[in-house]
Amino acid sequence: MSARVQTEAFEIGTELAGFGHGAGAIVTFSGLVRDEGGRLVALEIEHYPGMTEKSLEAHGKAAAERFGLIDWIIIHRHGRLEVGEPIMMVATAARHRAAAFEGAEFLMDWLKSRAPFWKREITLEGPGDWVEASVSDEDALTRW
Amino acid sequence: MDVLYFAWLRERVGHPRERIETRAGNIRELVAELAAMDEWHAAALADLSAVRVAVDQELADLDTELSGAREVAFFPPMTGG
Repeated sequence: MSARVQTEAFEIGTELAGFGHGAGAIVTFSGLVRDEGGRLVALEIEHYPGMTEKSLEAHGKAAAERFGLIDWIIIHRHGRLEVGEPIMMVATAARHRAAAFEGAEFLMDWLKSRAPFWKREITLEGPGDWVEASVSDEDALTRW
Repeated sequence: MDVLYFAWLRERVGHPRERIETRAGNIRELVAELAAMDEWHAAALADLSAVRVAVDQELADLDTELSGAREVAFFPPMTGG
């Protein structure tokens, strides 16, 4: 059970060593920087130090309780991330797959619109616009 | 009280953090005080539908009371993940 905010890259396989001991199902999700049709070269990710760590930890625990997770990992990077690099990962471990999938989806929906991160697009011309929150991300939270 | 700004709010205000003395009872009153400080604060806080707020690192809303608060942060809707 761990929540981390970092600039460094991570490797999913390494993170999963020893993860979810005793589980019957492990679900992992990782989000990568898209090039948005060749428009982007990188993303700059800003966060709220202090609040971010606390809120990731609290939601990991909430997901564990709600879905009966045996183990969970949330890793989210900040700083400049090039196209193709992983931004974040979520892993959940449970006795059965439904709980592992649901726990991961809950954490992802929550991360998209409640964790204090903001993304700015970097194009060939330099720093561009801040990414606007999407209505569909906000709507996704209502299912929980 | 420390007031923090993130993303485009930080850019509009011109700095990431400031220390202010306030008698504001809730967030709505604090926003009015900040917006009256100068044109940069006014521009950052002009459209509150595009602004989220946290009090002592917990998400809050405009009616949240400020008694005893040490840190208030203003930022756009989050876009993580």
